[in-house]
Amino acid sequence: MNAPIRPGAGLSLKPDYFQAARDCRAGGLWFEVHPENYMVDGGPRLAWLDAIAERHPLSLHGVAMSLAAPAPPDARHLRRFRKLVERVDPMLVSEHLAWSATGGHYYPDLLPFPRSDEALAVIADNIARVQDSLGRRIAIENPTHYLPVPGHRYTEQAFLAELCERSGCGLLLDINNVFISAHNLCFDAQRYLLDFPLSAVMEIHLAGHSVDAPDQAEDTGETLLIDSHDQPVADPVWELYRAVIERAGPVPTLIERDGNIPSFDVLLAERARAQALLERLESMP
Amino acid sequence: MTALAGFQRDFLRNLYDADGGRAGVRVYRNTLLKACVDALQANFPTVARLVGEPWFRAAALVYARTSPPNDPRLYLYGDGFADFLAGFEPAAGLPYLAGVARLDRGWSEAHVAADRSCLAAALVAEQTPDALAARVLSPHPAARWHWFDDQPVFTLWSANREQRAVPEPLHWRGEGALLTRPGAEVRWQALGVAGVFFLNACAEGLPLAAAAERALKHKPGTDLATLLATLLKAGAFAAEPLPHCH
Repeated sequence: MNAPIRPGAGLSLKPDYFQAARDCRAGGLWFEVHPENYMVDGGPRLAWLDAIAERHPLSLHGVAMSLAAPAPPDARHLRRFRKLVERVDPMLVSEHLAWSATGGHYYPDLLPFPRSDEALAVIADNIARVQDSLGRRIAIENPTHYLPVPGHRYTEQAFLAELCERSGCGLLLDINNVFISAHNLCFDAQRYLLDFPLSAVMEIHLAGHSVDAPDQAEDTGETLLIDSHDQPVADPVWELYRAVIERAGPVPTLIERDGNIPSFDVLLAERARAQALLERLESMP
Repeated sequence: MTALAGFQRDFLRNLYDADGGRAGVRVYRNTLLKACVDALQANFPTVARLVGEPWFRAAALVYARTSPPNDPRLYLYGDGFADFLAGFEPAAGLPYLAGVARLDRGWSEAHVAADRSCLAAALVAEQTPDALAARVLSPHPAARWHWFDDQPVFTLWSANREQRAVPEPLHWRGEGALLTRPGAEVRWQALGVAGVFFLNACAEGLPLAAAAERALKHKPGTDLATLLATLLKAGAFAAEPLPHCH
C-alpha cells in the first residue's frame, strides 16, 4: 500500500467516466455524487455506485433537502437518503444552506432567504432532524448569491457559525461560491473568508464559473457570474483556496464539474493540483 | 403565514408568474427552468431526437413552466409529459410523439426498477399442463409493455433510440412494445396485441389459463406456447419459488 489513507482531493462522479473512476488508483482520490440520482430501487446505476464505493471513499452531496424551507424535511426523501447512507457508508454527507421545495413541488435550484432569527431556528431544527435520521454529522454548504435579499440579521459567516453551535453540524466551504457571490454582491472575498468559521469545515469545494450573458432588452447594467460548474477552476479561486488551506489545514477538497465534462484524464490533472497543495501542507512540520 | 413562508411565496411568484426583473432574478429563473428542461431532455431522448433539440427544448420549457417537478428524483420528472405532448398544438402533426414519450418513460422506469431474477424458461417447462394453467406469473419489476392503436410507435421509437434510420416504407398500423431488463441493461422488442393483453392479465394477478384466454380473445389463433416462450426469453416475468420447490 503506497496510497495515503487520508482523503485528499476528490472528483464529482459522472456516468461518463464510471469505469475510469473505478479503476483509478491515484492517492487520496475520492468521489462525490448527488444522492438524489441514486435513490432508485435497483438497476445498473446503483450497481455502479456500489462498485465505486468498494474501491474509493464516497461523499453524498444532497441538493434537495430544502433545509431553509419553513417545514421539516420531506420524510420520504429523508428515508431514501438514509437508505443510501446505510448502503454506501459515505465518508461525508453534505447539504445546502438553501431551499428548493414547498407546496409539494420541488424546484431544482438552491434558492435564497433572509438570514433572520426565524430562519436560524428553522434551519437549525431541520439540520438536527436530518442528523438524527442519518445518525451522523452533516456539512452545510455556503450558497451562491445573485441578488441582495432584504431582511438579513446575520452575516453569512455568523449565521453558519450559529448553525454549527446549535445543531452540531459541520460546514462545506465552497470557495467558488464565495468568489461568485463577492463579485455579484460587491464584497471582498478575502475578507469574507477571514471571518469564515474554518474550524467547522469538513470539506472544500472548488469549481469553475461563467459570465451571465446579459439579456439586451432587460440589461440593467449588472454582469453576474454564474455557478455553472462547466469550466476549469479559475485562477483567483485557486489563490483563495491556497490561502484558506494554509489556515484550515488539509481539508478534503472536491473539484466539482457538472457540465461541459472533459475526459477523465483532464479532470484528474486538475484534481492533482489540489492534491499537491494538500500534500505539501501534510509534509510541513 | 410566517415571514419565511411569505418570502418563499413571493420569490416563487417572481420566478414563475413574471418575466424579466433584475439580472439576479433572471439567473434563478433560468437556472431552475434549465434544470427542468435538461431533465426532460435526459428522460425523453428519443422524442428529442425525433423533433430536434431546439423544438424539444422549447416544448419542454412550456411544460416546465406549468408543471414543476414534484419529486427531487429528477429521473422521474415528466410523468405527465406524454399527455402534455398529446394535447400540445404545435405537435398536432406528429400524432405518434406522445407514444414515443411513453416508451422513453417506460425505458426510464425499467432502468431504475428493483433488481430481481427473471423466471427461467426451464422451470416453466417442468410444470405439468394443469399446474401451469393454474399458475400466476408475475411480471418482472422492470418489465414495461404498451400497445399503440393505428401507429407504428415501436418502429419509430426503436429506430431513433438505436440511432438508425426509420425503415421505409413505414406501415401505419398498430404496434406493441416490450421493455425488459434481463441483465444490467434495458432491452426492447416488438410485442403483438396478444402479448400485451396476456401481460395485462398477468399483472392483474390472473392465472395463466385466464391470461391465455384474454390473449386469444384479442387475437384468435395466437400460438400461446410461442408467446410464452418469447416472454420468458425476454425476461418479462419475475422468478418466484415454484410450488414443487417448497
